[in-house]
Amino acid sequence: MSQPENTPGDRVQRQAEALGSGELAASNAPTGVPAGRGMFGVTGSSDTSGYGGLVRRRPALLANEPPYGGYFDDVVDGLREGLAGIDGDDDWIEKVVVDRGELTLYVRPERIAQVCQVMRDDPALRFELCSSVSGVDYLGEARRLHVVYHLTSMTYRRRVRLEVAVTVEDPHMPSVTQVYPTADWQERETYDMFGVVFDGHPNLTRILMPDDWEGYPQRKDDPLGGVPVEYKGAEIPPPDQRRAYT
Amino acid sequence: MSTDAYASARETTEGKVYTVTGGDWDTVVAGVDPISEERLVVNMGPQHPSTHGVLRLVLEMEGETVIETRAVIGYLHTGIEKNAEYRNWTQGTTFVTRADYLAPLFNETAYCLGVEKLLGVEVPERANTIRVLMMELNRISSHLVWLATTGMELGALSMMIYGFREREYILDIFELVSGLRMNHAYIRPGGLAQDLPDAAVEKIREFLTFMPKRIDSYEDLLSGNQIWQKRTQGVGYLDATGCLALGITGPVLRAAGLGWDLRKTMPYCGYEDYEFDVVTNTGADVWGRYQVRLSEMRESLKLVEQALERLKPGPVMVADKKIAWPAQLAIGTDGMGNSLEHVRRIMGQSMEALIHHFKLVTEGFRVPAGQVYVPIESPRGELGLHVVSDGGTRPYRVHMRDPSFVNLQALPAVSEGGMLADVIAGGASLDPVMGGCDR
Repeated sequence: MSQPENTPGDRVQRQAEALGSGELAASNAPTGVPAGRGMFGVTGSSDTSGYGGLVRRRPALLANEPPYGGYFDDVVDGLREGLAGIDGDDDWIEKVVVDRGELTLYVRPERIAQVCQVMRDDPALRFELCSSVSGVDYLGEARRLHVVYHLTSMTYRRRVRLEVAVTVEDPHMPSVTQVYPTADWQERETYDMFGVVFDGHPNLTRILMPDDWEGYPQRKDDPLGGVPVEYKGAEIPPPDQRRAYT
Repeated sequence: MSTDAYASARETTEGKVYTVTGGDWDTVVAGVDPISEERLVVNMGPQHPSTHGVLRLVLEMEGETVIETRAVIGYLHTGIEKNAEYRNWTQGTTFVTRADYLAPLFNETAYCLGVEKLLGVEVPERANTIRVLMMELNRISSHLVWLATTGMELGALSMMIYGFREREYILDIFELVSGLRMNHAYIRPGGLAQDLPDAAVEKIREFLTFMPKRIDSYEDLLSGNQIWQKRTQGVGYLDATGCLALGITGPVLRAAGLGWDLRKTMPYCGYEDYEFDVVTNTGADVWGRYQVRLSEMRESLKLVEQALERLKPGPVMVADKKIAWPAQLAIGTDGMGNSLEHVRRIMGQSMEALIHHFKLVTEGFRVPAGQVYVPIESPRGELGLHVVSDGGTRPYRVHMRDPSFVNLQALPAVSEGGMLADVIAGGASLDPVMGGCDR
């Protein structure tokens, strides 16, 4: 495979080539996970197509190099300058990704609150509004739990995405509620759904699920659940046990 | 036989009869020093008519004054985000539309804009115009429900009846266009499920003729009313600083004086080509939010009118055969179903269309890997869809940043220190919809 490029078409192509390459061990992707297993891994049904255990590989997002274009350079430079005044090593941004006209900064977990502080207060940045905090579980990666912050600058009419990745074994990161009080419930939801622990959060409890719920429902290895339904004499299995065509 | 202080028993010819007096409350009250220990915890909801669905409030009271408010949510959590991961991209529309059930077309549009951004496709102009048209009608209907329910909660029962009457007319338009009053799944990735029928245009024009007068009549009904004024003015105060800290957007933020409207500041769906004003108010109270919403309905009427003028014949779905179905759906005489021409064409004439149809319906289309965040201005504020694809035919992750969820965090700020009755007014002015809040 030649040097991969960062266009959507190439990604799909790479993915197709990665099919069956075995780079992502099948054990990492339990059955029923939409991202993990492909079309032909169905067992116990009348499927006799013979293709078993094909696994689709998630393409890695490649980091971009400056210049990033548009206001992205101003944001990245402004953030680096703002961070330079704070003690500590300077390697706070793990990588910068520009994709589909959106800027994503991958931040080291322990630094997220300080980065948000600079993002909010620096006159050149002024991201006053924390629009959204949500989680994504990239099952199969070492640091599979990602927390994604979408910040909005009303002054400059800009948006930026901060992404933080932690492991399931040590899912700790600082809470940004001191900087953005609006993150309170959103961090609680991320804790509730993914089990990410935000240190310093005033009241990190479950918010949508019942208090005594076990497990973290939005993790990819947490089953969807459901019961089979009878329809016109045929039994339809629950959605996560149906035969998938992908 | 033991005797119960509150349920004394006596024998009659019918058997033993208990007289339950329930005097224990008096005992409790008598035993409490009324000066020092008057704090009372009141549990309001989740089954309460003025909590907009299943919202539970735990209120710590000192007399009539609210000392602490705590909102408990999650009673309507239905796992929409998780479920969407198990269906294909097109089916995702039917899930997200059910979140904020008073603004379903906004949910659909935000989701579809996200999928389209991931796909890198542009929807045809006519589809965009119809989206704007439907969204603005939806904004009016959502604000009408707000006005109706808030009126009811503050004692203006007539307002409820009028509000729901006009909303019903809009829902009739939606039914005519999409087949359903709510949960339409009308806006699809790549365009629309089907074109706007001619009858709908007539019906919308009729709506435009009578609606401005109706909005005036709501204003006549409420604005001069002293009770309405006293229940809303200076109640539920939250200034722009508080709004920004708590992430509050939409009419609540605009009523605090900041004219932040994503339709103007970060336009989508071609809003930059429409003429309308962003309405603000400096009251930062329930009254200001009421004024902003009334004016926004008038602005939406202007937008609907402009959208109707812009309607040009053309396709309402992208031409890409790998995304669009080979033929558009059409509503039959039974109100549902598929068009006969479509069935005839794919079954009898075009092998390729049949294959495409089969693949798109069973498997769906693939969306290149990546993530996007698409914010739009819903009636309640910034509705953001964070959509992640892993390159497959199903969403890898869909997160809805629903304004109801975020705005509800302001409830303690607008209610603490006020009267119990003002919790209702302040909470209602945030316009939370629990379907969107809990998802």
